[in-house]
Amino acid sequence: MSENLVEISKMSFQHENGRTVFKDVDITIPRGKITAVMGPSGTGKTTLLRLIGGQLTPTQGKVLVDGQLIHKLNRNDLYQLRKRMGMLFQSGGLFTHLSVYENVAFPLREHTRLSESMIHTLVLMKLQMVGLRGAAHLMPTELSGGMARRVALARAIGLDPKLIMYDEPFTGQDPISLGVLVKLIRTLNDALGLTSIIVSHDVKETLSIADYVYIISDRQIIGQGTPESISQNSSLQLQQFIQGLPDGPVPFDYPAPLLQQDFLERTDK
Amino acid sequence: MISRLAAVGAWGIDNLRDIGKAGILFYRVLISPPNIRKGFPLVMQQIYVEGVLSLLIIVVSSLFIGMVLALQGYHTLAKFGASQELGPLVALSVARELGPVVTAILFAGRAGSAVTAEIALMKATEQLSSMEMMAVDPLRRVISPRFWGGFISMPLLTMIFNATAIYGAYLVGVKWLGLDAGVFWSNMQSSVEFQADIINGIWKSVVFGMAVTLIAVVQGYSAEPTSAGIATATTRSVVYSSLAVLGLDFVLTAMMIGSW
Repeated sequence: MSENLVEISKMSFQHENGRTVFKDVDITIPRGKITAVMGPSGTGKTTLLRLIGGQLTPTQGKVLVDGQLIHKLNRNDLYQLRKRMGMLFQSGGLFTHLSVYENVAFPLREHTRLSESMIHTLVLMKLQMVGLRGAAHLMPTELSGGMARRVALARAIGLDPKLIMYDEPFTGQDPISLGVLVKLIRTLNDALGLTSIIVSHDVKETLSIADYVYIISDRQIIGQGTPESISQNSSLQLQQFIQGLPDGPVPFDYPAPLLQQDFLERTDK
Repeated sequence: MISRLAAVGAWGIDNLRDIGKAGILFYRVLISPPNIRKGFPLVMQQIYVEGVLSLLIIVVSSLFIGMVLALQGYHTLAKFGASQELGPLVALSVARELGPVVTAILFAGRAGSAVTAEIALMKATEQLSSMEMMAVDPLRRVISPRFWGGFISMPLLTMIFNATAIYGAYLVGVKWLGLDAGVFWSNMQSSVEFQADIINGIWKSVVFGMAVTLIAVVQGYSAEPTSAGIATATTRSVVYSSLAVLGLDFVLTAMMIGSW
C-alpha cells in the first residue's frame, strides 16, 4: 500500500472555454494526515477537488487515488472508488426535500442493505459525532449555515470513507461554528483514521489544523511545507497571501487601461 | 461579414451540441431505467407529483373546454338543423386533437416547468454533484424517475381529459340546451372509432409525454447553475415543450389522417 493516498503528477487542466487552471502541478496527499490546499479565490481549488473526485478529467498528467488512475476508470470502478471518498461541498449540498435524518441515511440506503434499525443506529451515531443528534427531525431549511455543514459532514462520513475532502469549510461561519468545525475536522481525522484534504483561503484556521500545506496561485504551486515553514517563508507572494496584504505581487488593481485613456474614451461615447 | 458568418456557425454548432447532449441524456435515461427495488417507489412518487397533482388543472380545464365546445358547436350545428351531431363533434375534436394537445401543453406548464426548476435548483445547490460524489448516479436517482413518471402520467391524464371534456359537453348539450341524451350518446358511439380515434389520440399523448418530459429534464440538467439560469431554463422548458407538441401534432396527424 502506497504511503500516499492521492498522487498528482505533472497535471495540467484547461476548462472548455480555454482558460488554463493548472499547469504541471505535483501534489501528494499522505495517508492519515490533514493536507490543506490554499490560495486566493479563483485559483481552481474547487476544481482540484473535482479532479481528485473524478468529476473532471485533467488535460495532461496523472491523478492517482488509492493507486488507481481516477480519470481512466470506467463508470462502475469510479463509483466503487467514490464510495471510499466523502466530499463536503461549500454549500453543504444537502437534499432539501429530505430531513436531516434522511440526508444522513441516504448513502447508507443507497449502497447497503442494512436493516432499518441498523440504519437508525448508524445515522444517530454519525449525527452524535457532529453534535446534531437532536436535530435529526429538522429539515435542511431550518438549519443555520454551520449546522448544515455539520450535517453534510455526518453524511460524508456515512460510509466510513478513507478520504474526505472539504471545500471551503470555514467560509461564512460565525466564530463559534468555526471553532466547532476546526475541532471536528481534526477529531474526525484522528478518530476515524481518515485522510483529509482541506481547500480554503482562511489562513489562520487552516494553518491551525493542517499537517502539510500547499499554496496555489496563478496555475502553479507557489509554496508548500508544514504550517510553521510556510509562515516563516520569505517569499513575497506567500507573505502577501498569509498576512492578507492588500497590495504586492498580486496587485490591488485589476488590469485596466490607463486612467486618462479610460476617462477620455468614456466621454467620447 | 466574416464575423457574422462565424457567429451563425458558432450558433449552429452550439445548438447541434445541445441537441447531441440531449440525445445522449435520452439514451442514458432509456438504458438505465430505475431498478425495481429502489426505482419503483421513486417512479410512483413522481407519478404522484407530476400526474396526480396535475389532475386539478386538467379536470377543470377539460370540463370548461368541453362545455364551451358544446355551446359553440350547438349554435353552429343548429343553424343547419344538425344539432344532434353535437356528440360526435365534441368527441372527435377532443379525442383526436384537443385531449392530447391541451393536456400536453397544460402538463408542460404545470409539471414540466416544476421538474425543470427542481432539477436546475438541485444542480445550482450542488445536490447533484454531492450525489455523484456519494457514488449515486443522478441520472438513475433523479432524472430517470422524473422522465418515466411524466411519460406514464401523460396518457392517463389525456384519458381523464377526454372523459371530463365529453362530460362537460353532455352537461351543456343535454342538461342545459335540452338535446336528447340517447341521441347525444348513440350518435357519438356510431361516429367515433375506437382504434382510429381514441387509440390514435392516446398514441399522440404517448409521444407528447416523451417530448415534454425529455425537454423538461434536459433543460433542468443543462441549466446554468445561477438564479437567472434557472429562470431561463424553466421558461425554455415550457416554450420548447409547447412548440414541440404543436409541431409533433401536425406530423402525427398527417401520418394518421389516412385511417380517418
